[in-house]
Amino acid sequence: MNAKAIVVTSGKGGVGKTTTTANVGAALARLGEKVCVIDTDVGLRNLDVVMGLEGRVVYDLIDVFEGRCKLKQALIRDKRVESLYLLAASQTRDKTALSESRMKETVRTLLEEEGFDRVLIDSPAGIESGFQTAASAADGALVVVNPEVSSVRDADRIIGLLEAREIPEVRLIINRLRPEMVKRGDMLEVDDVLEILGVKLIGIVPEDEKIIVSTNVGNPLSLEDGGGKVSAGSAFRDIARRIRGEDVPYPRFEPQGGFLAGLRRLFGGA
Amino acid sequence: MFGIFRRRRSKDELKERLKLVLTYDRAKLSPGSMEDLKRELLAVIKKHFPAADAEYDVRVEQQGERMVLIANLPVRGA
Repeated sequence: MNAKAIVVTSGKGGVGKTTTTANVGAALARLGEKVCVIDTDVGLRNLDVVMGLEGRVVYDLIDVFEGRCKLKQALIRDKRVESLYLLAASQTRDKTALSESRMKETVRTLLEEEGFDRVLIDSPAGIESGFQTAASAADGALVVVNPEVSSVRDADRIIGLLEAREIPEVRLIINRLRPEMVKRGDMLEVDDVLEILGVKLIGIVPEDEKIIVSTNVGNPLSLEDGGGKVSAGSAFRDIARRIRGEDVPYPRFEPQGGFLAGLRRLFGGA
Repeated sequence: MFGIFRRRRSKDELKERLKLVLTYDRAKLSPGSMEDLKRELLAVIKKHFPAADAEYDVRVEQQGERMVLIANLPVRGA
């Protein structure tokens, strides 16, 4: 993607925007980019805890907007990756404290004066001012969708709004795919989602318990090596590489199960 | 065992429902207003074709970039 300021959005809540922002941001930084992740979910901030940086928040985005601190003072450096920074949302204010012009100015300063290669903007759920502000500063978007009815419908709405804003690069991340349900015909396949939504794919992330474990301890999974080719951690690393323009093939999402499960399938068990 | 293959896969039904609901969403139409449109269309058709029956099919459909209204209104019963 040519986009330097990328909004991570979904319409529906709880589909994995914040997890995606933390993991893709960390993976991009690990690949050598200087990355700032911005939480715009004012009043309901979570990117700080997902990244394990909650203890270091002194100033936040609204402090920057309202001139209580310099932008540099509000940037929280990650404890694992040198070139990764967090700009936290304010927890005590609400979305009315956001401003499109200040948002644009902040992102511009990060990219043009502070030497950042990429800014990831974690959008709040919904289609109201919080989302609109997050999208206003972006020249690219990652739309996170789960393969289920309400998430796909909301993603379609968000894609329409991003197109209305003429954001040049809109890419889709299918999150929480369950290969065994797809195989049974009880979950939309990747191709179904792409056909329905009509945007370009940039990542497929399988459902993975390790995501919960990693957020429990505030350590983005994409920073842990291994996990196998078919794991959420490696899926997020792949997305980071695709954002950087690499042509990374998609692994085959075969249902999990060892020898016994294979035998059972062979002999006609469901 | 064959029951597994006969069973309608739930994702196929979801895909159909999603396509329909998104067509309405994108056209900013409510399914209810389509019902009104159908009724009114039929009333007009009946004025000119008294034998028109109620077996009609009116829907919006996405054709590439365009949204089209498709109406199939039999003017003479079988």
